[in-house]
Amino acid sequence: MSAGAIAQLPPYAAMLDLRIGENVVTMPFSPHLIGSPGRLHGGSVAGLMEIAANIKVRAALENEPATIKPINVTVDYLREGAMEDSHAEAFIMRIGRRVANVRVEAWQGDRGRLIAAARMNLLIAREAPQKAT
Amino acid sequence: MNASQPFDRERMRRFVDKFMSAVPHLNALGIGFADSGPDWAELQMPYAPQLVAYPETGVIASGAIFSLMDSAAGFAVLVKRGKLEPHATLDLRCDYLRPAEPGKTVIGRVECYKLTHRIAFVRGIAHDGVPDHPIAHVAGTFMFTSADA
Repeated sequence: MSAGAIAQLPPYAAMLDLRIGENVVTMPFSPHLIGSPGRLHGGSVAGLMEIAANIKVRAALENEPATIKPINVTVDYLREGAMEDSHAEAFIMRIGRRVANVRVEAWQGDRGRLIAAARMNLLIAREAPQKAT
Repeated sequence: MNASQPFDRERMRRFVDKFMSAVPHLNALGIGFADSGPDWAELQMPYAPQLVAYPETGVIASGAIFSLMDSAAGFAVLVKRGKLEPHATLDLRCDYLRPAEPGKTVIGRVECYKLTHRIAFVRGIAHDGVPDHPIAHVAGTFMFTSADA
């Protein structure tokens, strides 16, 4: 997905002000992401990671029409999120006909010091059944 | 049960609403206090345009539900401990059972069912009016972060 897609971000992703890069999704720091004094709300980081997973699966499907729905997500919080920009990258462990298994890493200044890690399973509802050839 | 309970609950609601209105991310999502008990807490998130993830249907983002449940879980830990000591989410799993119905307020109800010296265990559901017809199920743990924990 290219930077040109930013204009089409749905409202929740737009509220997080997400910037969609080649592989990395960035959530610039903003005061409305704060959960307790000096720290990001864990939910905003979870939201960033869920959307990074969704975008990665969407990209893997190329242009095939399909609806991607979250099945579940497990978030491990590793360090507190400081009042800085946050980044997330999703990695597809497996993508099948119906389900994608994805893991996501989130970090701030230092790529090696993760603030959170997630696993997410997503349902892929393909719109047109593939014809046998 | 005693006669002072309704008064206490109202006082609690005002206290918590004031506390929560100072949390920017809760404000951004419109999350407010609904109810609480000795080991559980309920927060509410009214339907709002900025929560939408699927503009074609109006369904809200799972990430917003995750924030609601994380917040309700943290609040359940506070009431169970009975003191305003700091804690942090260690992990939280959320199963998205079905989409929330567009237009409806989402209620997150979380129970803190076990405390140890350093860890709190939570579980709960989100629903949009009928608890027996949940939107999401969560399970997770919190760790206590004050110096003496």
